[in-house]
Amino acid sequence: MSERHPKIIGAPRPKVDAYGKVTGRALYADDIMLPRMLYGKLLRSPHPHARILSIDTRCALELPGVVAVLTGEDLPQRYGILPSSQDEYALAIDKVRYVGDPVAAVAATDPDILDEALALIKVEYEVLPALMSIDEALAHPEVKINDDARIGNIHKAVNYEFGDVEAGFAAADYVREDWIYYEGNNHAPIETHACVAQWEPNPSDPVGGKLTLWSSTQTPHYVHREVSKVLKIPPSHLRVIAPSIGGGFGGKSDPFSHEICACELARRTGRPVKITCTREEVFLIHRGRHPVKMWIKTGVKKDGTITAMHFRSFLDGGAYGSYGVATTYYTGVLQPVTYKLPCYKFEGMRLFTNKPPCGPKRGHGTTQPRFAVEVHMDKIAHDLGIDPIELRRRNLVEPYTYTINGLRITSCALGECLDQVVERSGWNEFHASKQHLAASNGHPQSGPVKRGMGIAASTYICGAGKPIYWNDMPHSAVQIRLDRGGGVTVYCGATDIGQGSTSMLAYIVAEELGIEPEEIHMETADTSLTPVDLGSYSSRVTFMAGNAAIAAARKLREQLFAVAAERLRVPVEYLQAEGGAIYDERNPSVALPFVQAIQLAEARFGALVAAGSYRPPEGIHGDYKGAGVGPSPAYSYSACVAQVAVDEETGEVTVEKLWLAHDIGQSINPLLVAGQVEGSAYMGYGEVLMEQQVFRKGRHKIPSLLDYKLATTLDTPEIETILVENPDREGPFGAKEAGQGPLNPVGPAIANAIYDAVGVRIDETPITADKVLKALQARTPGKVTRGAPQVKPVAAPAPWPSRLIQWQPAQTRVEGPDEADARVPSAKSVHEIHDASAAGATAVRSGAMRGKGAN
Amino acid sequence: MRELITLRVNGERHELAVLPHRSLLEVLREDMGLIGTKHGCELGECGACTVLVDGVPVLSCLTLPVEVQDSEITTIEGLEQQGRLHPLQETFAELGAAQCGYCTPGMLLSGAALLRDNPHPTREEIKEALAGNLCRCTGYTKIYEAVESAAERMTSKEGVR
Repeated sequence: MSERHPKIIGAPRPKVDAYGKVTGRALYADDIMLPRMLYGKLLRSPHPHARILSIDTRCALELPGVVAVLTGEDLPQRYGILPSSQDEYALAIDKVRYVGDPVAAVAATDPDILDEALALIKVEYEVLPALMSIDEALAHPEVKINDDARIGNIHKAVNYEFGDVEAGFAAADYVREDWIYYEGNNHAPIETHACVAQWEPNPSDPVGGKLTLWSSTQTPHYVHREVSKVLKIPPSHLRVIAPSIGGGFGGKSDPFSHEICACELARRTGRPVKITCTREEVFLIHRGRHPVKMWIKTGVKKDGTITAMHFRSFLDGGAYGSYGVATTYYTGVLQPVTYKLPCYKFEGMRLFTNKPPCGPKRGHGTTQPRFAVEVHMDKIAHDLGIDPIELRRRNLVEPYTYTINGLRITSCALGECLDQVVERSGWNEFHASKQHLAASNGHPQSGPVKRGMGIAASTYICGAGKPIYWNDMPHSAVQIRLDRGGGVTVYCGATDIGQGSTSMLAYIVAEELGIEPEEIHMETADTSLTPVDLGSYSSRVTFMAGNAAIAAARKLREQLFAVAAERLRVPVEYLQAEGGAIYDERNPSVALPFVQAIQLAEARFGALVAAGSYRPPEGIHGDYKGAGVGPSPAYSYSACVAQVAVDEETGEVTVEKLWLAHDIGQSINPLLVAGQVEGSAYMGYGEVLMEQQVFRKGRHKIPSLLDYKLATTLDTPEIETILVENPDREGPFGAKEAGQGPLNPVGPAIANAIYDAVGVRIDETPITADKVLKALQARTPGKVTRGAPQVKPVAAPAPWPSRLIQWQPAQTRVEGPDEADARVPSAKSVHEIHDASAAGATAVRSGAMRGKGAN
Repeated sequence: MRELITLRVNGERHELAVLPHRSLLEVLREDMGLIGTKHGCELGECGACTVLVDGVPVLSCLTLPVEVQDSEITTIEGLEQQGRLHPLQETFAELGAAQCGYCTPGMLLSGAALLRDNPHPTREEIKEALAGNLCRCTGYTKIYEAVESAAERMTSKEGVR
């Protein structure tokens, strides 16, 4: 069969589940109402840190309508998303560690009596000192928040040196250091977390019955493991289903107390139990972006070439581990994947504090360091008088190389992304006219409003190269069943949280089998029906489940082609599948309808069911301890230009436009990819200018969408999306990720634009008007100012409380699969080889797809 | 004590015995099974629970059913008429304006009210009309495009007639 141009892949089209969503038919967890269903709610700690002396639930149990009450001793099994951080109880046993830590759970017949029932639970606390910041956590090791901390409140510390850093700094012409702080924030999906659990007793089953949990989770597989562990029900007797999910962004990736409690309440009562979290609870459950203080030191040559980088991160982890060990690594590991670092030292440290636990949010652990590095690079460019774009170009990683920390880079179109945003934004013209204005009258722009443009570049993983619990099994699997009536059913554990993973699978299977995606029945995210996909995190689904879908579909296509070749008397190599038929590409009228091919194949081979699976390749990371975080089968790249207007009288920042170019490899559906890029731009904008976590007396001060500022239509800037298509040779149809990476350059591009506009640096997010104003006032001669924003350095423990691991890679070039044994001689020829491949040439799509789509 | 009330929802008359303190959102979802109206914050902050009361977008989480007994209430289930989608529903689906879909019912109803009052809104007018409906997925761009495309579609359909 010769390669034909894909019909479905690459074309803008509706999602296969779009009509359910626009008509209100899509079922989310909170929409599930079962007969005899009870309602549940959790009692949460009012103290940031306290010992539980006693809990009395008798009065609550006596309240009419209350059916069951649980406390910590009912669920005494520790759990957590990471095998190395099993530090949570469903309900607190000894201590509470943040305001919101679950203490008891109630199930009642009527949701209206839940609050009254919770108020009747008497908990006696001994209040302990609370540590509410990185600095407090370091300063008070005697107040131990979490026993998982190795020293004091240090949850995790890592220490790496790749290459010879001392020599690297010695070779530098210029060295710069900066302290930068990135604020934490909440995912704030519009759907609050919700779940329904149902127990079906069966006395003749030794386990006593089977449990089903419908939950708004991004990771049904991991919820399956953890609920099974805590309830001591074998996984075989537990079914976890993710229905439609109302947004996640990382906030629905942990196993949660409310899920476990709903299951246990359902088992005890024999009735279905629903728990729907309030908006306030979403802020308390949290698992949001870690606040991170960062110190960065970089050495460069006169021309801007980086000779060495030393990076330190201090993460405010909140009260529990969650994904935090991985987050800690992520604050360091991807620095060498954007810019070429000849040597690199990384020290990272996560602290426990008495705040809601932090976890993964879109860009997991890489967004904060990206902000720091990109702002720092911008400062270096200005220090050296080099154009900030030129400085970045001089340091870009090369495709098909290994980084100094051993990560394998394959395709990389970051240079093209930079070219695109520079061209589209009119960067050169903008800066030329600013310089011209400055030269002509000494003032760049008249009036209080000053304009500026800033740039930033970034990278992200296309799926974590290692599973959360180490094993050799596939990361994703897809099964396809063909029915003799022509029906196609695709089964995959992949969880659609709005990004369109279900549609992606349908497009790929439809492309391979030559049918329409809408004809396919999709069964997803159900641990009893669907083969495991690890979940919607680390931007892994298109790459991994997409490849698994191709593998499964091709097995079936082979069977269909075998019978079609015989029936049509056409050699298999001339067959194509398209438009619901298999035909001779030399003479398309020689064709066999799809349904007939299925019947012939079923007669020949028996039931037509095929499975495909995906595991990331070997050899994509180094062989040192900790090398499992950071590797990915591919990396996406993004570049952003922001244009801002800053009012010097008020400090108000208006982002006038964002140009965001993303190296997608190949769009499976450009409409959905553009949607991910635009959503990332919006979210990055909100994080860097608006969203702030404020705590007062140990409490989250603003746990509501009114006080916690999310960007509305009136705030969100215009966004121009540019998709750079440079197919990755291992991605499905060449595709890479889109869901997370494009967020990373947005914040620093805005921060750099603010500097370009008014000449002040705000090195901590969110960059609010008051901070800008204070910084502007601070530089005015003769003006007395207080509190000009400055990041207070962390008093780092010396020596760093973790063993130094020194490592350097044995090879720097990635071998091309096309020329098996030949070591690729240079990056240039890698590019030529790549461009010569079937799907090679880089294509660019602009955001100007409006109206063309499906009209 | 439950109270007997009458609600007119999506052109149908319903007699209901409801707890008088229950919000319209709760009654629509729990008592009437109209689960297309979504809960996002219970405090009138997110817009996910938007319904139309006599054609005007209203937050059902802040509305008591007794207050709207004399009104015509439209939920997302009523935007579709006899199996025919509202042009906004078509364009939201076709142009990728619904990602997770959770804000979508509220967004569509706010959009429908806008287009009824203003068939040719500018981008700025669209932003104003949708400013009370938060979306965390799309960055709003595809939503504007879908509203604009629906406006064009509705105008050209009227032209044919």
